[in-house]
Amino acid sequence: MSVLVYLIPIALFLGGLGLSAFFWALKSGQFEDPKGAAERILLNDDLEDED
Amino acid sequence: MTTARIVADLGCPSGLEPPADGAIIDPAPFVRHTAGLARLDLAVFGAKCAGCIRKIETAMNALPQMQSARLNLSTGRLSLVWIDGAFIPRAVTESLDRIGYRAAPFDPEAAEKESDREGRNLLRALAVSGFATANVMLLSVSVWAGGGEMGPATRELMHWVSAVIAIPAALYAGQTFFASAFRALKHGRANMDVPISLGVLLALSISVFEFFQGGEHTYFDAAVMLLFFLLIGRYLDHRLRLRARAAARDLLALQAITASRLNADGSLTSVSARDIEAGDLLALAPGDRVPVDGVIEDGSSDLDMSLVTGESAPVRGGAGALLHAGVLNLTSRLVMRATKTADASLVADLTRLIEAGEQTKSRYVRLADRAASLYVPVVHTLALATFLGWYFIGDAGFRVAIMNAVALLIITCPCALGLAAPAVQVVATGRLFRSGILVKSGDALERLAEVDVIVFDKTGTLTFGKPRISNRADIPDDVFAAAAALARISRHPLSRAIVTQAGPGKAAPHAIEVAGDGIEGTIDGVRIRLGRAAWVGAPSADDASQESWIRIGDAAPIRFQFEDRQRSDAADAIRRLEGLGLKVEMLSGDREAAAAKVASSLGIETWRAELSPHGKIEQLERLRAEGRIIAMVGDGLNDAPSLACAHASLSPGTAADATQAAADFVYQGESVSPIVEAVIVSRASRRRVIENFAFAAAYNALAMPLAAMGLVTPLIAALAMSGSSMIVTLNALRLAGGRRR
Repeated sequence: MSVLVYLIPIALFLGGLGLSAFFWALKSGQFEDPKGAAERILLNDDLEDED
Repeated sequence: MTTARIVADLGCPSGLEPPADGAIIDPAPFVRHTAGLARLDLAVFGAKCAGCIRKIETAMNALPQMQSARLNLSTGRLSLVWIDGAFIPRAVTESLDRIGYRAAPFDPEAAEKESDREGRNLLRALAVSGFATANVMLLSVSVWAGGGEMGPATRELMHWVSAVIAIPAALYAGQTFFASAFRALKHGRANMDVPISLGVLLALSISVFEFFQGGEHTYFDAAVMLLFFLLIGRYLDHRLRLRARAAARDLLALQAITASRLNADGSLTSVSARDIEAGDLLALAPGDRVPVDGVIEDGSSDLDMSLVTGESAPVRGGAGALLHAGVLNLTSRLVMRATKTADASLVADLTRLIEAGEQTKSRYVRLADRAASLYVPVVHTLALATFLGWYFIGDAGFRVAIMNAVALLIITCPCALGLAAPAVQVVATGRLFRSGILVKSGDALERLAEVDVIVFDKTGTLTFGKPRISNRADIPDDVFAAAAALARISRHPLSRAIVTQAGPGKAAPHAIEVAGDGIEGTIDGVRIRLGRAAWVGAPSADDASQESWIRIGDAAPIRFQFEDRQRSDAADAIRRLEGLGLKVEMLSGDREAAAAKVASSLGIETWRAELSPHGKIEQLERLRAEGRIIAMVGDGLNDAPSLACAHASLSPGTAADATQAAADFVYQGESVSPIVEAVIVSRASRRRVIENFAFAAAYNALAMPLAAMGLVTPLIAALAMSGSSMIVTLNALRLAGGRRR
């Protein structure tokens, strides 16, 4: 059972990593415009020269 | 050609038609100047897809010295930053108008304030409680499952880790509930958050106490799971409210109208409508909206009064004519003298009527709140009774007594109740959204479900409200194309009708518009006139319908006839509404004869015509006095006050903006049948909410005696809590299926 001493912190660390990733995403404005993000993927900004 | 190119070339359907009313607002007073940079936030209407983003951002970046232009498609807000002084701010709205989007500036203060902080805090709390729930549950499950195999030392470790995770997480994630419960208690009231806060805090402290006593049962998992489920409900509810707020915000943006003040030396200053004083001289370019009530000093032009009277045919106005705020100048430049301030003008008057109506609506008590007011005292009394019962009668000692009381608080905690209404409403609004119906708030669904009379405005709801060519078959194609080329330069409603039917194309170069007469231009060296019969040199056919004539060179003039058509499924939709047990009535501001014709062809028995906005409200009050619960359907600005004072209200997506803002439901498309669907879904969602409450009540009736008898362990509490939440959510999801089209 002593393996728990390692496993519980590892599990918590991984969970905490996910949580902080979510906080980062929230803070950097990635939830500000979900609809726009979905549509912008259709734009070919890299083909601008063709116009 | 790539997809994006095709989309950009064709544009969104919203970009094909000329803007709804063509008023161009000068945003100059709303620009914020900081350190050599100019910033402006605009509400852009009609942007829907990637093509729209591309068209708008490309057009904005084409302006000189534009630093950044970004459109937020979710909120419809366009944020611009440019080097101060590179171009006049009006260039922005003019450029948007050219590509077919209308824009209104935000008040700088409102733009600063408007950020969804509450939503982000809820999301953060939701993430923290979700993290804690998952991890604490992992540890708790092993304690429950470990049973005989797990030694006390391991169990203590599990509880210890649980406590370290759950206590800070619950204190953080529960802030919303604690704050709200505290506020309620301070005012001597009790809301749903009181038992929630009490349950969570008691569960935490009793678990800490048990942990130090070396006890077997702790409620750390229950405390965080409770918060997690409740926060899901809170967040869904918040998103629904946010949508309603966005609509109100757009209305505010539209009121931020600006005007050009004519100074004594002949120069023009752009001012906000609020700063205009009686006696000021104002210049009105074609496409400008009259900002305050006044009289025409100089010039004559066609005026679109539809916002004020609901009448769509333009009126000719010359020097001395009265102008009401909200009238749109269509054809030529005018100088007007303000006679009232913006606060005293007609549009402000209508806004006040709308606000008065909204206030009566805000007193509506939602089903969930009604359930809470029953629930709170019952649960608290029972918890107290459990404690007293065990302590004095059962003689079980303080520890057991408080443990059982806490178990009762936890197991009856309103997870199912807190999720029941928001989950159903989110599913119902999602389903209506797919059918092109926008629901502004969750309680709008509840209110529409209670309605027993539905009152229609005629123009724009049962009919299209826009003139359409009724004799297209009699007009040769080349003549029609020439007429469309001329019409594209004009904002006149009849020109719009021709352009809409002709689709996208090129405008005739060098064509000019003569106020009150028509448009003159040259195509392929031939002079063409499109306009009034006398001006074109044609005999006016003297019937009631609106008309316009075209003469190409010296050829015989050709007549365009216009009429307002009935929506094709109006009669069918009214039959179906009556089939749902609703009484259908019609109130119109239009002439008696026109209203009678529509009423008889649709089979509406009760109707009134020639009503003012106040008259419509009086009719609604009369119905209300009879004990009827009213839904109102309307589209003109003159309908907005009656929409706001009805129990529930709907308006088509083509309606005036203020009207859409006042309505609870906005439906897209050419038909009337979305109203029927909105009623059906509202009623179904009300049924689901009541079913969910009934289920929650039944569950509590079972769980409470068990908890009071001390039979509930943390394992049973966790199963009961998540089980009931799932059942409630699944019941809500049943709505999503429905009949697919």
